[in-house]
Amino acid sequence: MKLLPKVFIAFTVAALAYAAYQALVVAPTEQTMGNVQRIFYYHVPSAWTAFLLFFVNFLASAVYLWKRNTAADAVAAATAEVGVVFCTVVLITGPIWARPVWGIWWTWDARLTTTLVLWLIYVSYLVLRRYSTGSQTALLAAALSIFGFVDVPIVYMTIRWFRTQHPSPVIGGGSNSGLDPSMWPPLLWNWLAFSMLAIILVAVRYRLQRMEEDVEQQHAQVALRGGTA
Amino acid sequence: MSTLAMTRATLMKDLRMEWRSKDAINSMLFFALLVVVIFSFAFNPSAEESRHIAGGLIWVAFLFAAVVALNQTWARELRNQVLDAYRVSPAPANALFLAKAIGNFLFVSVLEALMGPLFIVFYNLRSVGPPWQLAVVTVLGTWALVVNGTFFAALSIRTRNREIMLPLILFPISIPALLAMVDSTTSILTGDASPDFWIKMLLVYDVVFTAVCLLLFESVLNAE
Amino acid sequence: MVAQNSTEIAVLASNLVKFFGRFAALRGASYPFLAGNLYVILGDNGAGKSTLLRVIAGLMQPSQGNLEVLGSASLRKVAQRVGYMGHAPLLYDELSGMENLRYFAGLYGINDDAVCRNAMQMVGLDPELQRRVGQYSQGMRQRLSLARAVLHNPDVILLDEPFSNVDVRSASDMAAILGRLRDAGKTILVITHQAAVMENVADAFVHMSAGKIVSTTSNNPTPAKEAGMGRPAAESATARPR
Repeated sequence: MKLLPKVFIAFTVAALAYAAYQALVVAPTEQTMGNVQRIFYYHVPSAWTAFLLFFVNFLASAVYLWKRNTAADAVAAATAEVGVVFCTVVLITGPIWARPVWGIWWTWDARLTTTLVLWLIYVSYLVLRRYSTGSQTALLAAALSIFGFVDVPIVYMTIRWFRTQHPSPVIGGGSNSGLDPSMWPPLLWNWLAFSMLAIILVAVRYRLQRMEEDVEQQHAQVALRGGTA
Repeated sequence: MSTLAMTRATLMKDLRMEWRSKDAINSMLFFALLVVVIFSFAFNPSAEESRHIAGGLIWVAFLFAAVVALNQTWARELRNQVLDAYRVSPAPANALFLAKAIGNFLFVSVLEALMGPLFIVFYNLRSVGPPWQLAVVTVLGTWALVVNGTFFAALSIRTRNREIMLPLILFPISIPALLAMVDSTTSILTGDASPDFWIKMLLVYDVVFTAVCLLLFESVLNAE
Repeated sequence: MVAQNSTEIAVLASNLVKFFGRFAALRGASYPFLAGNLYVILGDNGAGKSTLLRVIAGLMQPSQGNLEVLGSASLRKVAQRVGYMGHAPLLYDELSGMENLRYFAGLYGINDDAVCRNAMQMVGLDPELQRRVGQYSQGMRQRLSLARAVLHNPDVILLDEPFSNVDVRSASDMAAILGRLRDAGKTILVITHQAAVMENVADAFVHMSAGKIVSTTSNNPTPAKEAGMGRPAAESATARPR
């Protein structure tokens, strides 16, 4: 492996370790929720990372539709998969946090519901990629990605309105609750560490995709020259 | 011929063919009836409670009926590979899409026209709010399902399990529209709230996704 | 068997490559198809004939290589001047012959019933026939499919196995029709396994094997045809009668 990736991985491990230290040791114990609240330092950064990855997926899909560039498609495939992983973390840590603190596993508030819908959309994206036949997987997936991206703000606004009509508990203290200043560092450190981890995972997945394409290319070249692959 | 004229020609052709064979519509009508009956068995509340949940039930029933209808959208074009004849011609791809979407819209509307009254009967429904608002919600909501459904049906042609792929992709994307349809229907039936926001939201959803479909359909049609 | 006096290239295929996954259906197919000629494309199953035709018709994009049809690299632009008859019937079983043709004519901007009637009569079918195409015999179906492919008076006509499962009489009728169309200046590419049917009307037989065009046999006694032996397009781009 070349030097830069090694250094990056080293920094990422360090960041993850430091961020964990920040979240589990340094951060103050929350007033009402106690130590359970520390899940927040995993829940929120995972969410931000997932949204970022999905946004990159949208950009890569748009580039693919415009230029039919296979590298863009590889980025799209990689970010979708890693994004779904982080999104799953959000959906699992949410209920784990909510149950002891608020007594409920789930609520249909705007943020959680939007995250769930986003997860559903991207799982369907991955299913489409896996089950499509023919050579146009990239194109079909890119089209679906555009639909998904356009849908998410609509989902958010819809649920927000629905919740003003039918209020229900908001996990995480709603959008108005402030954050104690001492809680920002562990939050941001974890976000940094998760983002770096995401970059590594996406890079690995991207390389895997490109290698697969390479193999197909080799087979194609052999077929072109007249041998049997 | 303009796009509009070609859309009309394709739509007329589809309607004529459907009228002649009636194979899809007959089984669909019966399926729609069955769905309503089964729902009525499963959810059998008093008349007062039913107004609160009928909105959700009706739209879920419409959704299932719509999916079965949408799955056969492109079946006719794939028989004899006749879609190739369209693709080879200079006719614009969007004319084909609009014709199929409008055809599906009419198709699903017929099913809704059957299921709606049945729900009213089985649930002893009476609307507190003005019924014309229900009509508006139904039209906007049906188009929301049908426009994306027609597009995704075209996507699923090139997948291994075609029939399940359509609802799998369609449902997540349709969630906001479904919520709007259900809540507005409930608001109108119970008279508890104004459905104005929902109607506006459905309008926005319809416009946005119709535009996205029209933008992307040509690429999808010509995917091999 | 018309004296070839045109050197214009109607369809220029240059090193066309087409992959289906790992399988290379076309492996560098090149040929200049000259205008006003009737070419019969022969080859074993799997040689890439149908794929070549579908790429020329614009139904598939080549993985590599260049294609020009009627001077244009963009096939959408010349779609009005190209007719395609596929291996499958490309017809609606539930509609009658005239209804099918009326619809397809509409796609090409033709609203005149007379055009459809003439097309049906040209292929030897009765325009008044109300029978649904699903109940046609194979010979009738192929004739109607041909009518559909040519009713907009295209300059390039592509036919994929038009005589498959067709009775002898229909086959020779259709061959004669193709000859007349060629005499009227159309460029015709026909894939068939039944070379004998085309013997009287073909200008050249093009042989394909394993995704390439390997040889051409001129069918015209006059030495007016060039016989491209799979040379790169650059050389035969300025084709002249030798």
